[in-house]
Amino acid sequence: MLIKFFIRPRKGVLDPQGRAVAESLRSLGFDNVKDVKVGKYIEVYITDIPKEEAEKHAHLMAKKVLVNELIEEYEIQIVENT
Amino acid sequence: MKFAVAVYPGSNCDYDTFYVIKDVLNKDVRFIDYRETKIDNVDCVILPGGFSFGDYLRPGTLAAHTPLTQAVVDFAEKGGVVIGICNGFQILTEAHLLPGALLPNVHGKFVCKHQYLKVENTDTIFTKKVKKRVLKIPIAHHDGNYFCDEDTLKTLKENNQIVLRYCDKDGNVTKDANPNGSVENIAGIVNKKGNVFGLMPHPERASENVLGSLDGLFILESVIESL
Repeated sequence: MLIKFFIRPRKGVLDPQGRAVAESLRSLGFDNVKDVKVGKYIEVYITDIPKEEAEKHAHLMAKKVLVNELIEEYEIQIVENT
Repeated sequence: MKFAVAVYPGSNCDYDTFYVIKDVLNKDVRFIDYRETKIDNVDCVILPGGFSFGDYLRPGTLAAHTPLTQAVVDFAEKGGVVIGICNGFQILTEAHLLPGALLPNVHGKFVCKHQYLKVENTDTIFTKKVKKRVLKIPIAHHDGNYFCDEDTLKTLKENNQIVLRYCDKDGNVTKDANPNGSVENIAGIVNKKGNVFGLMPHPERASENVLGSLDGLFILESVIESL
């Protein structure tokens, strides 16, 4: 069973990486780039448990360690049968 | 008066800090490993600078969840004195001993230089011996951009928790003097109770004439006098 975490800087929180990447893309001619956010993607493999329970675990993991909600926001996705 | 310097995998200012306490200030000090679960017979714990756990995930995060840091949380709750320098400050915010977070520097660059700091509050156990209004202490970091929400900032101000701000050599707190984009030039704060201090500058690197400044000693000497 796999939990996918998609983490990105919270709105309004400065993202120097995103800004640098946006500038780089524009310098390459991608003039339509309005903004870039650089975040993290984390895969956590766990033993099979009911999906609902896995979601609870995932949010606990996020809140305890994986995400700092003061500066980041996240989404999870549970993939069964991995 | 007994100090302990925490050692996490990737700490790299631990020996400098140990040296200053032992050989410059002639005080009792020992290292304390990140796997230790208890802090006994210690008056002040220092979390040193460095890149604990390679800054993986976020600076300070993985260190914040070690047995030692959990023991530091208990130690602080019982009134023990804690100082977090640079990465140590990041660990203290991730362990929720101090409010806010340290974001990457606004310009995306590592900064390493002597920095002027305005002492905003000399009524703390970390600054009571500070004799100058403006200190010169080195900074060296990539993630020193202090961030907090507006309510937290208001609380910090109301309780006089902002201890150091980045400034120019005359003590003016200006945007130009801000090396990393920190909210209101914040360089160091204390918790509400006043026994936990986090700061991005490195006092241990300003503790002998040969290093170009002695101003870091004010902070360590303040703690020694307070305890």
